[in-house]
Amino acid sequence: MAGHRILIVEDSPTMRQLLVFALKRMKDVDITEAQDGMDGLRKVTGDHFDLAFVDINMPVMDGLKLISLIRGEPHLASMPICVITTEGAKEDRERAIALGANEYLTKPIQANKVLAVAKSLLKIDI
Amino acid sequence: MTRDGHGPGDRGEAVLAIFKRGADFMKQLMDDNETMRKRLGDLESRQQTAARDPDDWEGLRLELLGRIEDLEQEKHSILEQLRSVENENQQFAERYLEIEEENNNLANLYVASYQLHSTLDPSEVLKVILEIVINLIGAEYFCVYVCEEEGRILRPVAAEGGSVADFPVIRLGEGPIGESVVNGDVRTSELSPLGPAEGGAPVVCIPLRVDERPIGAIAIHRLLCQKDGFSALDHELFTLLAGHAATAIFASRLYAQSERKLSTIQGFIDLLTK
Repeated sequence: MAGHRILIVEDSPTMRQLLVFALKRMKDVDITEAQDGMDGLRKVTGDHFDLAFVDINMPVMDGLKLISLIRGEPHLASMPICVITTEGAKEDRERAIALGANEYLTKPIQANKVLAVAKSLLKIDI
Repeated sequence: MTRDGHGPGDRGEAVLAIFKRGADFMKQLMDDNETMRKRLGDLESRQQTAARDPDDWEGLRLELLGRIEDLEQEKHSILEQLRSVENENQQFAERYLEIEEENNNLANLYVASYQLHSTLDPSEVLKVILEIVINLIGAEYFCVYVCEEEGRILRPVAAEGGSVADFPVIRLGEGPIGESVVNGDVRTSELSPLGPAEGGAPVVCIPLRVDERPIGAIAIHRLLCQKDGFSALDHELFTLLAGHAATAIFASRLYAQSERKLSTIQGFIDLLTK
């Protein structure tokens, strides 16, 4: 079994592929992809994940709604969540953090930053 | 004769023997003492001679100075080696960072080209172009144009941050976008990457061409607020889009046309044969 299970919730296939590319550079990771908030919720409640990357602007259910629902589940309350979004304003960041996000990355993303954040949230030595 | 069998002569001899041994011991002590005195005298004399002889001191001094110089040189050489190793380490660290950055850039370019050529549906191709420009370049307000009317005009077909209707039809060769497509040069304005929200010259014009044939253009008018300029990767992406997005649009439109023609021909054949 893989050491760390990561969920990527992102509607853009381009971004998902880029995130998978970046995260696969870590050893022993198992990555699951979800294409919108609802898909992400279904996957995160039906399985165990050590970390989730969540986009904000998505169809069906947006990332902020997903984060608040995840934090409402007692067994998911401590799962680290990193937001990846185009919204770079300070108030957007504060809102996401207030809802329970642990980290906030703005697009365009850099693979090394994604990797550093993942390692930090998974408490892996860099 | 005494009762113990020893006469007065025997006792005298024994006393004399004791005195003789004492005398011998005393003589031995005196000799040892004399030897020690002599050795002490020699040592003092040699010490005084050495102290008085400037050649000996100079020789010793030079020898010691030579040794110090050797050690200094050795130290200098070791320090040089240390500096050289540190320098090499620094170069390796810098090179590692460069390779890391290059890897990241290549991943972005690979993903962009992979996604562009992952479909033959024209609307999907446009969607991929929008995704790349938003997510990989970081644009907030931009438009994608395609050439129509035998390459005489550029018609807006997809936009982000506004409606397609917000963007005008452009004649080829007119304005910065039209000129960029005719010349085939990517135009960027490094001075004002945040640019005007609407209207005015775009901050980036990417001409989409297959060989010399104009296919369309991407005009970026405003970047995301967190984006404060263009990186080397952005310029690579502009170049990649100029070629690959054009090919993807061209191929998908050809495929769509051929599909339509095929179904029309099939319709005729069915009409004639059934």
